[in-house]
Amino acid sequence: MSTVIFRAIAPYLTALMVLFSVFVLLRGHNNPGGGFIGGLIAASAFAIYGIAYGVPPVRRALRFHPMGIAGFGLVVATLAGVPSLIGGKPFLTALWAYPKIFGMEVAISTATFFDIGVYLVVLGTITSVALSLEERER
Amino acid sequence: MQESQIDWTFLVMAAPFLAAFVAPLLKRLLGSGASWILAAAPAAMFVYFLGLIAPVASGSVIANGFAWAPSLQINFSYRLDGLSLLFALLVSGIGTFILIYAGAYLKGHAHQGRFFSFILLFMGAMQGLVLADDFMTLFVFWELTSITSFLLIGFDHTREAARRAALQALVITAGGGLCLLAGLLMMTGLVGVHSMTEAIALGSSFAENPYYLPVLILLLGGAFTKSAQFPFHSWLANAMEAPTPVSAYLHSATMVKAGVYLLLRVHPFMGETVPWMTILPLFGGATLLAGTLLALRQTDLKLILAYTTVASLGLLVMLTGTSNETAILGALVYLLAHSLFKGGLFMMAGSVDHEAGTRDLRELGGLGLKMPVTFLSGLVLAWAMGGLFVTLGFFAKEAMYEGLLHGEGTTPVTLGVAVVGNGLMFAAAFAVGLLPFIGKRPENLSGAHEGPIGLWIGPLVLACLSVAGIVFAAFTQEALIGPTLAAVAGARPHPDLSYAIHVNEAFAASCVTWAIGILALLALRPVRRGLAASLDAIGWGPDRGFDQLVNGLTNGSAAVTRFIQNGDLERYLSITFTVLALALIVPLVVFGEWPHVPETFALAPHEWAVMGLAAVGLVAVIVAENRLTAIVSLGIQGFAVALIYMLFGAPDLSFTQFMVETLSVVILALVMTRLSLMTADRRNYFQRAKDGTIALACGIGTAALLIAVTNQPFDSRLSDFFAEHSRTIAHGRNIVNVIIVDFRGLDTLGEIAVVMITGLAILALLRFPAPWRPTRAVEEEK
Repeated sequence: MSTVIFRAIAPYLTALMVLFSVFVLLRGHNNPGGGFIGGLIAASAFAIYGIAYGVPPVRRALRFHPMGIAGFGLVVATLAGVPSLIGGKPFLTALWAYPKIFGMEVAISTATFFDIGVYLVVLGTITSVALSLEERER
Repeated sequence: MQESQIDWTFLVMAAPFLAAFVAPLLKRLLGSGASWILAAAPAAMFVYFLGLIAPVASGSVIANGFAWAPSLQINFSYRLDGLSLLFALLVSGIGTFILIYAGAYLKGHAHQGRFFSFILLFMGAMQGLVLADDFMTLFVFWELTSITSFLLIGFDHTREAARRAALQALVITAGGGLCLLAGLLMMTGLVGVHSMTEAIALGSSFAENPYYLPVLILLLGGAFTKSAQFPFHSWLANAMEAPTPVSAYLHSATMVKAGVYLLLRVHPFMGETVPWMTILPLFGGATLLAGTLLALRQTDLKLILAYTTVASLGLLVMLTGTSNETAILGALVYLLAHSLFKGGLFMMAGSVDHEAGTRDLRELGGLGLKMPVTFLSGLVLAWAMGGLFVTLGFFAKEAMYEGLLHGEGTTPVTLGVAVVGNGLMFAAAFAVGLLPFIGKRPENLSGAHEGPIGLWIGPLVLACLSVAGIVFAAFTQEALIGPTLAAVAGARPHPDLSYAIHVNEAFAASCVTWAIGILALLALRPVRRGLAASLDAIGWGPDRGFDQLVNGLTNGSAAVTRFIQNGDLERYLSITFTVLALALIVPLVVFGEWPHVPETFALAPHEWAVMGLAAVGLVAVIVAENRLTAIVSLGIQGFAVALIYMLFGAPDLSFTQFMVETLSVVILALVMTRLSLMTADRRNYFQRAKDGTIALACGIGTAALLIAVTNQPFDSRLSDFFAEHSRTIAHGRNIVNVIIVDFRGLDTLGEIAVVMITGLAILALLRFPAPWRPTRAVEEEK
């Protein structure tokens, strides 16, 4: 699979796909997309990089074990439900805030953080499975 | 239950848990001396409960609670009456001395901080158990005592015996706990009673309830396992693997009494019936006799005490089973006395072990002058356990004999069992409390000496209390026993608590008891040999039975696994998909719901094209020369389906389908490289025909089901709700995503947890190098 063309394109493809996955994640609330699909895109990006360059570079680039990323995502998603609990509402009720950043109104919600958690769990789990399969230690 | 304020009792209930939280830190800062500071927690609890004696003795019941899970009608509530208060005082009072004792006994142990933490957790659980009013509160604390007991028995987790004992205790007591849960759920679900207060209000009318007998049996299942009744007693003897403070606290003074507590607690509404007065004396009496006989057989001080504890619990259950006020009075006094003398004797045995290096009766002797304070406490405690006068034990025995002689609900057999059991316990008491200190001192024990204050203060204080309890009989009666009896039997005691000796029939029974005891003590060695020989001749006991049960379970499940999972992937898939096809087709045919298939499909040309693409992909899968081609072809079909989703207005679904298909192809291809499969399909025509039939059946069944479902009128209430509210409530235009992250966020949280757990499981499977026989065979050939 490590043809010259593939190896030359893979880094750009990966970067583009990761960027796109974040875009998909963030637009999810109003347009097609969301954490699950975004996570799948990011996971395939890393899988492609792994096929082109082998698994160790991917692991180095990720810095953390993919399962650790997934675990972090689960924690983020859980914590996203806590603020509403403090406010006396049921667990995971979405809370919204509209701060002005550089003069532009940005809608921030606990649901966004929940979706980020979903994104990280899917990314981490699929990537760790894919990478383990790519590693051919027998 | 109305909303109520957090009061002091809740704080006191939380105190041991908080202390458990800081215990390891304190231990690190202060060393084993931390025990003196930690002991302040139970001491403060004890003082708090002392302050409640006056209101409770005057007959009031202190209760409070708050809604825990209102939708399930579960409250967190407590109820403090005489019975709860007596137990709460025992738990906190003895707990104080146990903590101090543990500080000295486990000095220098690497995990002493953890030990403090565990024992404080247990203290909190036990205290919650005796205070709980709501059934679910009770159950939670009940199981918590089983779990903390598991941790404490297995404290020396490097030893296999300790691990086995811990597991056995957990299996038996938690299994009983499940019985209890079932009983309590029957009470809440079928009888409509949610707490002890409500149940006690039912009174004896509950006995006519059709669910009385099943509830009784289930509750007894909990009580008998917890209180180590025959034949569930083996875990208690094995629990002696735990450090001595644990044995003294959990397995004599407090936890094992939880079962007795439960029986006393439910006595007002479950007692005084034929089943109650049959089952309890039967099991209690058998336990009493078995316990004493097993105790006399032992030579290990702790094991002797453990089996006498079993016997004492049997005695308590038997007396409770008579439903006779005087006998129950005897039981309550005995319960108080037992907690004091047995907790003290355990600590004393631990001190002897700690200083002499052995607790085998055959290797001990002549320690009296070397350890005078320990000897004195041991003697007094044995005196109390033997039921000699001017101790609580004496009065307990007189009262129970009085009740068994003249009261209702007893038979001469019960009295006989009690006399023999008490007599043998007398012998066991002095075997532990006297024999190590008299006679000739073996050579190797010349270095033994009195331990530090922490080791002897506990036994000494408990010994003093055993005597003081009867010297200040008026206080004991008014403050402790009277209110407890009122809570259990609804009456004041008939014979007044006092240290006076009345020469009557009960006293005569006492004299017989002592005679049996002294004879057994003098003939201890032949009795022990005889018992050992006869028990060896039987050669089977509940302990062996437990092992057989566990082995049977593991062997049985292994056999079932081998039968169902024989390792042939093709067979698994055939079975799974055959069952799927049958499940899809059979109900449709049987119930005559086979759908009417439309004759024409009104599709636009581009839609036909996508359909054609899918069909091409499928045909390619079937005719593909090698597996990689087949996988990629399957991907073509998947992409075609994604296109169909897109055409029919489900962009999210289509988007996800594209990604899932891509990843499936990648991961399947990767898996293929790992599995040593043949590159091409080598099935013969018969197998192909069989697999093809199953596949077609599955496909037709799914299609038929889908057509049948879509033929139904569409209920759009949910879609309408989401379409209407996703913008207004959840501020999102993408309904699918809003449902995922907001409306049904908790589902998603559960799903991503499952995703992650599945990932972990896959990783574990991949890491595990499977025994790959063909390769090994090849290597051997080389």
